[in-house]
Formats: sequence, C-alpha cells, structure tokens
Amino acid sequence: MRVAATTPAAGKAAGGPQGVWRRRFGDALTGLAIWLPLAASAGHVVVFTAWTTWVSFTASSIMPDYAWVGLRNYVSVTRTANFQIAYVNLVIFGCGLVLLTMALGLLLAVLLDQRVRGENVLRTIFLYPLAVSFVVTGTVWSWLLNPDLGIQRVVQNLGWTDFRFDWLVQSDKAIYCVIIAGVWQGAGFAMALFLAGLRSVDADLVKAAQIDGAGPWRIYRRVVLPTIWPIFITVFVILLRSAITSFDLVRALTQGGPGISTNLPTLVVYDFMFQRAELGRGSAAAVLMLLSLVVVMVPYGLYVRWQRQKQARS
Amino acid sequence: MKWTRIIVYALLIVLAILFLVPLGVVIANSLRSNQEIASSSLIAWPDHLTFANFGQAWNKFCMAEHCWGIQPYMVNSLTLTIPATILSTLLGALAGYSISLWRFRGDQFVFGIVTLGIFLPEQMKLIPWVVVLRDLSLMNTIAGLVLIHTVQGLSFTTLFCRNYYIGIPQDLLKAARIDGAGFFRIFWRIILPVSPPILIVCVIFQFTGIWNEFLFGVTFTSGEQQPVTAALIALSAAITSEPLYGDQSAAVLIAALPTLLVYLFGGRYFLRGLTAGAVK
Repeated sequence: MRVAATTPAAGKAAGGPQGVWRRRFGDALTGLAIWLPLAASAGHVVVFTAWTTWVSFTASSIMPDYAWVGLRNYVSVTRTANFQIAYVNLVIFGCGLVLLTMALGLLLAVLLDQRVRGENVLRTIFLYPLAVSFVVTGTVWSWLLNPDLGIQRVVQNLGWTDFRFDWLVQSDKAIYCVIIAGVWQGAGFAMALFLAGLRSVDADLVKAAQIDGAGPWRIYRRVVLPTIWPIFITVFVILLRSAITSFDLVRALTQGGPGISTNLPTLVVYDFMFQRAELGRGSAAAVLMLLSLVVVMVPYGLYVRWQRQKQARS
Repeated sequence: MKWTRIIVYALLIVLAILFLVPLGVVIANSLRSNQEIASSSLIAWPDHLTFANFGQAWNKFCMAEHCWGIQPYMVNSLTLTIPATILSTLLGALAGYSISLWRFRGDQFVFGIVTLGIFLPEQMKLIPWVVVLRDLSLMNTIAGLVLIHTVQGLSFTTLFCRNYYIGIPQDLLKAARIDGAGFFRIFWRIILPVSPPILIVCVIFQFTGIWNEFLFGVTFTSGEQQPVTAALIALSAAITSEPLYGDQSAAVLIAALPTLLVYLFGGRYFLRGLTAGAVK
C-alpha cells in the first residue's frame, strides 16, 4: 500500500545523475511490488506444505524436533480410536452433507425458476445463512436441537408428550445433527449455482421440446439436466471439500461429542497439535487430511481441464 | 391459478420459513429474559419484551475472568478484519495486475501455485505459522492475525483480480508504455479506475471470510486478544453451568450483524465472490 502511494513521485523521472538514481529506485520498487505479494502467497503455499509434511516424519512433540522417524507418526495416528471415528464420521457427514445440500439446493433452484413472484426476497432468505459464521450456525442449531429446550421440548409442550428428537445427545446420531446444520448453511449456495445454470439453458431448446409435446419433468430430464451437468460436479466437489475441512461447525455444535462421537479429521489435527502437544502426529493427521482432499481435487482438476479442451476444440 | 403453481408457492413459503427459523429464534430470545427462556423453551414468542440482554451482552456479562461483555472482542474483530481486508485486496489487485498484464517469465506457474492456496487446508499451515509468528514476536497479537489473513487472502484476491484484468486489452498497456508510463503509473491511472467492481467483490469476500474465521483466531490468540468468533465459543463453554440464553442470543446477534449487513447491502457482489471463488 505504501508502495503504491509513492508512485507518482517515482514515475516522474528527471534528467541528470539524480534521474538515473530515481529510475533505479523506481525499477527496484516495481520489482518489489511485483514479487512481494506473489512471493509471499506462492511461497507460503509451497514452504508451509513442505514444512508440515516434513514435521510429520519427525519426532516433534511440543516443539518441532527434526529427528527423522519415518512413518511412525502415521502408523500411530491411524491406530487411534480418535482418528478412526473421525474418518467414519467424515464418510457419513460427507455423503449426507453433499447429497442433501445438492437435493435441497436443486429443489430450491427449480422452484425459483418457475417465474415466481418475490424471487429476490426468497433468494435473499435462502442465501443469508452463508453470510453468518459456522460458529453462529453451530451455536444456534445446538439450541434448536437441544432436547430440553429446543424442538423436542416445543413439540412435547404442544401435547405429543412421547415425541423424541434427541439426536444431539445420542452418540450414534449426533453426526446427523451436524449434517442438518451444514445443509441449512450450504443449500443456498447450491441453489445459487444451480439457478445460474438453469437460467443459462437455451430457451429455444426448451420451446422445441414443448412443441414436441414433452412434459415439464421430461424437459428437465432431457434438456435442462444435461446442460447443467457440469455445475453438479462443481457443487459436488466444493461441498465435499467443505466437509473435509469442516471444523468450526462441529466445535460450536457438539464439541466433537457426546464423547468423541462426532469427531472429524480437522478436530483430530487440532487435538494432536494443540491439546496433546504432539506436533509430529498432528502434522501426520494434517497430511492425511490433505491427501483425502487431493483424492477429490485432482480428478476434478483433470475433469475441468478436459472440459476446457473439449470446448476449445468445438 | 393451476394446482402446480399453488404447490410451488406453498413449498417455497414453507422452506423460506424453515430457513428463517434460526434467525427468528435468535432475535426472539434476545428479547426474552433468561428466566422466561429457562421456564419454557428456546423456541417461543417473547411474553415480555426486554432489551436488557443487549446491554448485558455488549459490555457486562462475565467470561474468562472478565466482566466486559463481547465489546472488546468485537473491537478485536474490527481491528483485525479491516486492515487485513484492505491489505489483501490492494496487494491482490497488484498481484493480479502483474500476472495478467505485466507478464514475466513463469507468471502462469506462479499463478497456479497462488491459486493452489485456495485448496490447501488451514491445518497444513498451523505449525509453520506458529513458528513464524513466534519469530516475529507476533504470537497472541491482532497484528499476527492481520498478517496471516493478508497472506492467506491473497490467493483469493489475486485470482479474482487476475480473472478480471485479463479482459483489459494488452494494446492499451503497450500504448501507455510507449508513452513512458511505468508499472505504477499504469496501475494508478488505467487499472485502478476500472477496478471498482472487482475490488468491491474482493472487499466483501474478504470481510465476511475474515470476520467469520475461527480456527486461526482460536489457535494464535487467547484471552483478551481473541476475535469475536472465538469469544462466542468461549462464552458457550463459560455458561454451560448457568445457561444465560437471553444474553447469549444477544451476543450471537451482535456478532453476526456486521456480515449480515454486508450481505443485505452488497448481496450481488457477495454472491459473485462466492461463485468466482468456487467455479474458478
């Protein structure tokens, strides 16, 4: 910022020896302005990734200690109940979050695409959860799902005294509560992308299908869905990525509990690094998290590249 | 009206109400007394309106040995979010401009690595940041969080600005360079004047992202230095023994208000940032 503010003076190169210095100073500033942000950004991505990966192969405990121990941290981390529960939960949470968010997002997009009145207001309502933090979402849903004071209590007060909705305190069901809160937060995002896709569908194609006597469901399946197919993959990947990196939501909603029943990979990393002060194992858990992300992102990257090449050719 | 239209509207209205329930619950509870909530439930209309919760939440209730409400944490979040947003946006504009228009050897490679930063999980950066912050004596300071969010945010702002500037014709720059304009003068006179739309996207994206961030805040700061997201979690933990849902609702509402306002007033740009960051 300071660099940019001094520019007009540096730009006015005068003649004589002073001007040469001024120009050199200007060139140095230009180099700095080009390279400082890029070096900081690219540098931290490369160096930090290599650094944490390296730490994961060392005996680091409370402080980084660069004695090489091979795969020992990986072996011991993957053997903990903590880790195994986290990855089982990730599968449940990931599948639930992705499928339900996409289904609800698609439903909302299709409904909003029916030329409804008040579309802007409705869109604003479905999207507002994206503007609040996962901490707020988690806190509020922990109230709603609280059996003593939330939905269960309200329904019981209405007269259904046998009504039970206490997933939040059941260790085998609490992870579904995290899914509910996550879907509430993310459905608007899926809706926005799907709606943009639906609006880009060729209207003439739809008209032609209507003239051929195709019903609305058939038009959606045969004309609209194929056009917005790439958006499905994008939404799928983004949601899966957010499931893998999800941290705040669980911390605010269940704190990983009851017990460790809603543990997720991010909580395992945090637990090893900052609660048990085992940096080596924490790093191994972080690298394993990165690898699970790579499994998702690399095929997606290849797919995007393939799509672009296909578009370029046609 | 055909029956399909009725179903469409009925579904939309029911879903809209469901989406609004959590916000409604927070607003309603912020206006109810703690006793009233404890004696009925968290989901009810206020019997007696009270605004005392907001005063309590703002600067009175006690947590972590201090009785000053969430006010200091809101101040922390502001003093963290505003500089980090401005710095990451300006540096991102500069980086996007260098990559898209002031081409240099290896620019596409560097750009590829910068955008990889979008996908790199924060967990991979925690230990290096601990060491870097400690060496710079920035551990447990707002300045440390500003540094982290500026560097971290560059991945997004560079991507947004680069994709925007790539549409500016190269010939315009060539002409300016022939006239003797340098890197900064072109940036100042040609690039910045056409940038407001993308800068607004960057500012809104960064502001909401940094304001809502939790992991870095809770990892690198403690006690009085924490941003408001971390304070909300500490508050939940502090009052489990004696639930004060009225105060807590008011605190949640206050903490969520800045980003909700940004969303309401800049919705179009908010969405553009989200989809641009997503679709790439």
